[in-house]
Amino acid sequence: MDASSAGMPGQDGRTRREFLRVAGLAGAAMAMAGCSGTATEMTAPVRQGTPAGAVVGPNGEITLDFSSDIDVLNYAYALEQLEAAFYVTVVANAAFGTIFTASEQRLLRDIKDHEVAHRDFFGAALGAAKIPNLTPNFTGVSFGDRTSVLQTAKTFEDLGVGAYNGAARYLASEAYLGVAGKIVSVEARHAAAIRDLLANRSADFAPNAFDLGLTPTAVLSAADPFIVESITAINT
Amino acid sequence: MSSQSNTPSALSTIDPEVVSTLVSRRSAIAKGASASGLVMAGLRLGTVPTALAALSTAAFGQARLPTTVSGVLNFALKLEYLESEFYNRGVAAPNLIPAADRTIFLTIQAHENAHVDYLRTTLGASARPKPTFDFTAGNGSGTGPFADVFTNYATFLAVSQAFEDTGVRAYKGQAATLLPYKDVLQAALTIHSVEARHAAEVRRLRGNFMDNEPNQGWITQARTDIPGTGAVYAGEDTTVQLGIDVTTITPVAAKEISEAFDEPLTMAAVLAIVDPFIV
Repeated sequence: MDASSAGMPGQDGRTRREFLRVAGLAGAAMAMAGCSGTATEMTAPVRQGTPAGAVVGPNGEITLDFSSDIDVLNYAYALEQLEAAFYVTVVANAAFGTIFTASEQRLLRDIKDHEVAHRDFFGAALGAAKIPNLTPNFTGVSFGDRTSVLQTAKTFEDLGVGAYNGAARYLASEAYLGVAGKIVSVEARHAAAIRDLLANRSADFAPNAFDLGLTPTAVLSAADPFIVESITAINT
Repeated sequence: MSSQSNTPSALSTIDPEVVSTLVSRRSAIAKGASASGLVMAGLRLGTVPTALAALSTAAFGQARLPTTVSGVLNFALKLEYLESEFYNRGVAAPNLIPAADRTIFLTIQAHENAHVDYLRTTLGASARPKPTFDFTAGNGSGTGPFADVFTNYATFLAVSQAFEDTGVRAYKGQAATLLPYKDVLQAALTIHSVEARHAAEVRRLRGNFMDNEPNQGWITQARTDIPGTGAVYAGEDTTVQLGIDVTTITPVAAKEISEAFDEPLTMAAVLAIVDPFIV
């Protein structure tokens, strides 16, 4: 993992769209790939149903079709790209070693590793069906300021928890639901830890008896300021 | 999003009120009245937690819960009874929880009791009775391995961590069963992630918030520093997800990959873990 990963260098949207067109239907190609396996449920995702899934427009705008499991995973992939890029930037900042204690640095490096693992996992699982690399926009974050970093981290972690909680209902595959469940609780652990750094020994680590389940539209709206490409959810 | 996440106290305040309103209205609703106007208004505004939305449909939108659903919810209720009584007794125990840490445990206590209320209300007449517990893990002898659980803070914290981490794995293990029941699934998930927040807080508290292994907010491999809790963490060391060996597709080390994915437990495995705590 190096700092350059933070840039999420974008693949050209037009290329992506044309790839999908040339491939005829990424779905067909993926389905074929899936058929070659012996246990399709546990191998790489296969686009389900007829929708083409993530469609990338000429200016990089992305449309995620929530009637397709593949695009629900792409939604998670988008959020994990954002989180990973954020923490990679946090730990690479020159001030990281001075604005955070040694203990806090360990914690933030761990979270960075977890988010990078989530991002890389979704990228590998989605294969050719994945959306392009997104371009983060962290202009509103002061990476040399402890509070700014932690407040942004809190926003991202709570958003991640609400996003997974609210997106599970769109999944048809038990296997994908299972993996989303494995990740959401880790995001919740992160959220509690980050909230704890901001308000130690307070009630803030778990502000409600029930976490939020956020709609894709609400999540994408909250994430929009941090992502250059526009992402729209359909069939929610 | 920000408007919702910035008003947690308002929601915390309103939840029990809404729940009790629904409980008191149960008989009226059973006779054909519509769901609480407060809940419906909340749904339109998007301010009532999803769990309560599920409550209104799952508990009142149909005469009887599907057996599959009631089975899972009664399993969850058993665990929530275990947790709520554990914290009710811990908070009430003299000289157990230091003043500085009381806010944390009063918070967790309130949440576990809210979970019990939610599950009981949703299950209605199908709700299982509350078990009798032995928090020493002595199956009723009161002299189990955690005999000083309410007099020794370190023991109390250790049992708390084991319960919370088990709870996370237990809910996770039932997600697939709830898949066809979208509202109940979402309600269960919104409890599941709160249990994970609790687990992280207690784990960090045990390490005095210094983020030293093994007292981090997450589970590293299948490690545990609590004697007798091997089964609570069994299988947490995997690095294979959806058939992909994650170590081969990321520069992140196996240890951190294991932390990045929490693993489920089957209902049978969870029941075996909690069995010594139930008389």
